[in-house]
Amino acid sequence: MPEVIQMEEQAEYQGVATIKSLSPAKRLQRSYRHIRVEGAFKVMLVGMGIFMVVLVFGILLTLIIGSSQSIKTFGLSFLWGKNWDAVNDVYGARPFLVGTLLTSFLALFISIPFSIAVAIFLGEYFPKGWVSEMLKNTIELIAAVPSVIYGLWGFLVLVPLVRAIEIKLGIQPQQGWGIFTASLILAVMIIPYAASLGRSVIQMVPSALKEAAYALGATRWEVIRSVIIPYTKSGLFAGILLSLGRALGETMAVTMLIGNSNDLPKNIFSTGNTMASAIALFFGEANDLRRSSLIELGLVLFLITLVINMLGKRVIKRFTN
Amino acid sequence: MKFLNLKSTLAIAALFGSMALTSCGGGSGSDKKGDSTATASGDDNSLIGAGSSFDNPLFSKMFYDYNSSNGLKVDYQSVGSGAGIAQLTSRTVDFGASDAPMNGKQDSAVTSPVLHIPITAGAVVLSYNLAGVKDTLKFAPTVLADIFLGKITKWNDPKIAADNKGVALPDQAITIAHRADGSGTTSIFTSYLSKVSEDWNTKVGKGTSVNWPVGLGGKGNDGVSSLIKQTPGAIGYIELAYAIQNNMPYAKIQNKAGVFITPTIASVTAAANITIPADSKVSLTNTDAKDGYPIAGFSWVLIYKEQKYNNRSADRATKLLKLLSWMIHDGQKFSGALYYAPLSPAAVSTGDAILKSATYDGKPILQ
Repeated sequence: MPEVIQMEEQAEYQGVATIKSLSPAKRLQRSYRHIRVEGAFKVMLVGMGIFMVVLVFGILLTLIIGSSQSIKTFGLSFLWGKNWDAVNDVYGARPFLVGTLLTSFLALFISIPFSIAVAIFLGEYFPKGWVSEMLKNTIELIAAVPSVIYGLWGFLVLVPLVRAIEIKLGIQPQQGWGIFTASLILAVMIIPYAASLGRSVIQMVPSALKEAAYALGATRWEVIRSVIIPYTKSGLFAGILLSLGRALGETMAVTMLIGNSNDLPKNIFSTGNTMASAIALFFGEANDLRRSSLIELGLVLFLITLVINMLGKRVIKRFTN
Repeated sequence: MKFLNLKSTLAIAALFGSMALTSCGGGSGSDKKGDSTATASGDDNSLIGAGSSFDNPLFSKMFYDYNSSNGLKVDYQSVGSGAGIAQLTSRTVDFGASDAPMNGKQDSAVTSPVLHIPITAGAVVLSYNLAGVKDTLKFAPTVLADIFLGKITKWNDPKIAADNKGVALPDQAITIAHRADGSGTTSIFTSYLSKVSEDWNTKVGKGTSVNWPVGLGGKGNDGVSSLIKQTPGAIGYIELAYAIQNNMPYAKIQNKAGVFITPTIASVTAAANITIPADSKVSLTNTDAKDGYPIAGFSWVLIYKEQKYNNRSADRATKLLKLLSWMIHDGQKFSGALYYAPLSPAAVSTGDAILKSATYDGKPILQ
């Protein structure tokens, strides 16, 4: 990259030199052309930027238009209606809403100790060296693995494991599929998001603060507890919020493990379904009101993730200022 | 500078304009539909169909063979029965295919009458995962309904044991596996349960997707069968063809005449050998046939009775009707090898009569 910049700079100097050697009229023409290229480039950038914004609003608009039939039919009761009943054409989102929130927050709860521990390990204990490089790359790899692979692994390994635990503890139903299994796999999938953001904020803690604490006789644990964590807590929180956003929208791995029942889950071991998974499963066959209700489900999911993400961004902003 | 500003404003406006156009094209399906109708009526040597994924393997074989002998290309989209009906309703395809006849709501959505032509028959079998049990299990209809209602929860329940004397049934919990996505297979199975159990009929009902009282949901036949294979003590319903190809055990079911029937191609064809109404919209579940397997169903090809619409040519209509006629006669020879049940003679003659009723501009197409 630096080479390219250098070459560009050289070209610019040459351009200026040639312009200087030209007659005033030609020089004016040249600089007009330069300005025009500049202008066109700027227009292109602005256009691309606007396109992205238009795209997102277009998606939102499509969801609203698509769900209008369902909104008209059910109104707000769509959100807490507890039956998703294709036979009688009555749709309520509550089982899927509860399923989504339950799996996501449970996954978050399970993942927090791991992601914070990894963040502290990489940010404070071993910021450099091959051990931390390896761990960092492994964590990044977790984020890069396609979710269907997690689904497969969960199906083949986690489900029998959870079933064995359920049988041992005498928890009903003893089948291994359900909210808990889905949350476990989600927890693994979302660790990288909170961990990598946490690592970078922990590295940003001024060494003067830490050194001051050490100088006062603080142990490492005390430095982490009373300097690093308080200083980085909003950054850590933002990372957790971002991983929550990821958990809310995950589809494939959840579909394969959650058991896909339309009933309201009774406890964390019972089967259920999430909004994303329900959309993926039902959309192929759906038409009319059912299709519209599924689109409204998508709208609700869109809005929830939007709010979570915006909240996360705000917290990050407050932290960096 | 002023000139430049004006220019860049114009450029931005142009970009906006083009984007608005593209986003419209992507956003509304109506544009796309318009396109495919154009191609549908453009090239008369290729027909477009969409619907049932159950029919897809058979159709692929049939259309491949028909193409090599008649040169007619058929493009079949295996998108599911419901989506096939939706595409026929919006007139973007020449024919739809469905495992369930069109219901009242779907009927009211179409602007002109639709013909149902029986094209093949399939069976839904009950497969299970019981490691210790080597014998083929037998189920009476009410027992099956009680299992799927969650009333019978253990494999060694006396009601199951009553029909399976001599089989050592384990003291193990029953796990139900069912389809989570909408499916014609579910439609056949739930309409069977609705017929044999009043309790099921009032509590759950029938349809391509229902609210299951208990159990795990899997996507597609493969999803359900992997749930069965993965869970000791599981029972679930899948297509006969799928169960045979994957060597899965399946149960004998007691039919209306009281005989326990093993699902085979022959017993499905037997179930379909009943009096078929003129519109062919008949359920093959729990039929009177003595040697028929009770959980079976037709799959239909759907076309408009009046073939002149959307500027379709008479030639195109004739080619479609000839293809369908070939499918219910010569095309049936491919059924057996792919584990579909060939149409019974009664079904073929009903199909013939229905095909003859199709018209182009009011005149019959097939003589």
